[in-house]
Amino acid sequence: MSKIVLKTENLGISFGGLKAVQNLNLEIKERQLYGLVGPNGAGKTTVFNMITGVYKPTTGKFWLDGEDLTGKGQETINHKGIARTFQNIRLFNNMTVIRNVMVGLHNQPEFRCNVFTSIFRLPKHFKIERAMRDKAKKILDIVGLLDERNNLSCNLPYGKQRKLEIARALATNPKLLCLDEPAAGMNPHETEDLMKIVRRIRDEYNVTILLIEHDMKFVSGLCDEITVLNFGTSLVQGTPEVALNDPEVIKAYIGG
Amino acid sequence: MINLKNAKWNHYINYIVVAAVTIIFAILSLTGFLESSDKYLLEKIAIAITLAVSLSMVVGFLGELSLGHAGFMCIGAYLGGKAAVILEPMLGEWPALIVSLVIGGAVAAIFGIIIGLPALRLRGDYLAIVTLAFGEIVRSIFMNSSKESFGGSLGLDTPRFNKDILFIIAFVMVLATLAVTQNLIRSKHGRAITAIRDNEIAARATGIDVTKYKLLVFAISSFFAGIAGVLYSYSNFTVQSTKFSYNYSIEILVMVVLGGMGNINGAIIAATLITFLDVELQTILTGNLAVLQDLIYALILIVLVIYNNAPALKPFREKYNIKTFIGRFRPHNPSKHKDDEAKWDRVPTKIKMDEVLSVDLQVSSPYTPDKPGKEGK
Repeated sequence: MSKIVLKTENLGISFGGLKAVQNLNLEIKERQLYGLVGPNGAGKTTVFNMITGVYKPTTGKFWLDGEDLTGKGQETINHKGIARTFQNIRLFNNMTVIRNVMVGLHNQPEFRCNVFTSIFRLPKHFKIERAMRDKAKKILDIVGLLDERNNLSCNLPYGKQRKLEIARALATNPKLLCLDEPAAGMNPHETEDLMKIVRRIRDEYNVTILLIEHDMKFVSGLCDEITVLNFGTSLVQGTPEVALNDPEVIKAYIGG
Repeated sequence: MINLKNAKWNHYINYIVVAAVTIIFAILSLTGFLESSDKYLLEKIAIAITLAVSLSMVVGFLGELSLGHAGFMCIGAYLGGKAAVILEPMLGEWPALIVSLVIGGAVAAIFGIIIGLPALRLRGDYLAIVTLAFGEIVRSIFMNSSKESFGGSLGLDTPRFNKDILFIIAFVMVLATLAVTQNLIRSKHGRAITAIRDNEIAARATGIDVTKYKLLVFAISSFFAGIAGVLYSYSNFTVQSTKFSYNYSIEILVMVVLGGMGNINGAIIAATLITFLDVELQTILTGNLAVLQDLIYALILIVLVIYNNAPALKPFREKYNIKTFIGRFRPHNPSKHKDDEAKWDRVPTKIKMDEVLSVDLQVSSPYTPDKPGKEGK
């Protein structure tokens, strides 16, 4: 029985009278590929926003590796080990690809240096910059963007921008990587490529991955376990085969 | 050989040009070739560059609009000037100058942090209004101070300093400002700052400490504004609070905007140009023509901004800018960065459209609830 990385208990949030998410109980085990699916407006991204600190949950709690992170700020939660990507891509557009990843490496303990080290250009500054560049190249290699490293990130095609977001999130060395619709806007080839990348990230970096996706081929081909959300509540949890064939789920998607 | 097309060299050019200008004019000044009006102009230019470069950190790199830069300068001018008045008899000329520079800068930096705090919550125009109000508050406090403390509406008289050397000190301060700003921007901390500018939500989610960096930028920026204030008080022998009205903040902002947001080379050129224009117009148009000063100044600014930004003038700009001018004397040698860009465009697409369509149509795995299938009701 492997360790539980993320645990949520009765997690919920309401905006005024609207209960966006209610009573969500998740248990994501170490190195699992966990999927969060559901029709539009089911509250999937809201769940992401809660566990990454954008919203403060109104009910319930969540734990990362047994540590209660409910109501902590975004930066703190990122430092504790939850990194995310965004549904609508949010890159640092005026920076090159490699610098985007280097921003992700900013808080890694081995690259710590204070402002004065940089202002006075002490030897440590150059050492750290070189080390960051090398590390960023390694991460870019995994997502297959090494050759694009000197291009501005806004000049990348859509699929590559998504991969760059994953690389940037991965650079923060997370325990749990949350991917919000990573395959959206990708063609089947890119999707297949992305599946390989996600698996490789899991294997090489030992991260647990939680993902939201609408592409059911992607979800069923990749995830070990999924939760189907509808109207903010969890409908079914289980392996993709079981959960996606559940009559309740089919009803939620096509109505009835 | 310095390749101007390569952005990597841009910051060295700043040091080289400023240092060269300093050395040339220092020699001219010490050998007695410069008139006092030239020295005055040089002091003004150095002060303007310091202000423009420090403001460009906030506006160009952090991406926050601050209209209170003259306020920070005002704090530096009054407190540094007062410190100089008190310290000069005790310490002598040089130590008094150095200590008052530090005091003026440090106090301005503290106020920078205080003003930076609302900047954490306010965005864009709202922050602009808060900083604008801050500048006016600071100015009116000094204006209404008692005669003994800061001179009140009569202004504060500051000690005199050897005019042959003062502009050299001012240019050394420009070099210091450039060194701190450029070294900060070209480091991991600078990347974090530009990340906040580009996308604050993503920066937070990437674990960047937004609070720390916003306060840091405001502190450093106002520190150098304070130093510029102290230099101003030495340059003018007197500090008048009317100088630091919001018009002056706007003037500094114009330098930054005209130079191009986040472009330090541009800020330096714009600051030099605008100050030169301002001072020269004041000396040329005297007597009855003095009313035309502001009009001509404004007209030239409008022309400059239009020339810099109008799309219709783009071919003209490209034909006559300094880079093509230098490029004419050099063999065509595209930089590595440009090469990469070109290569990226030329990569043939691997995807065949009919293949994509056929794959898409074949999706009919049994568990596909997002496709209305047989099992649906």
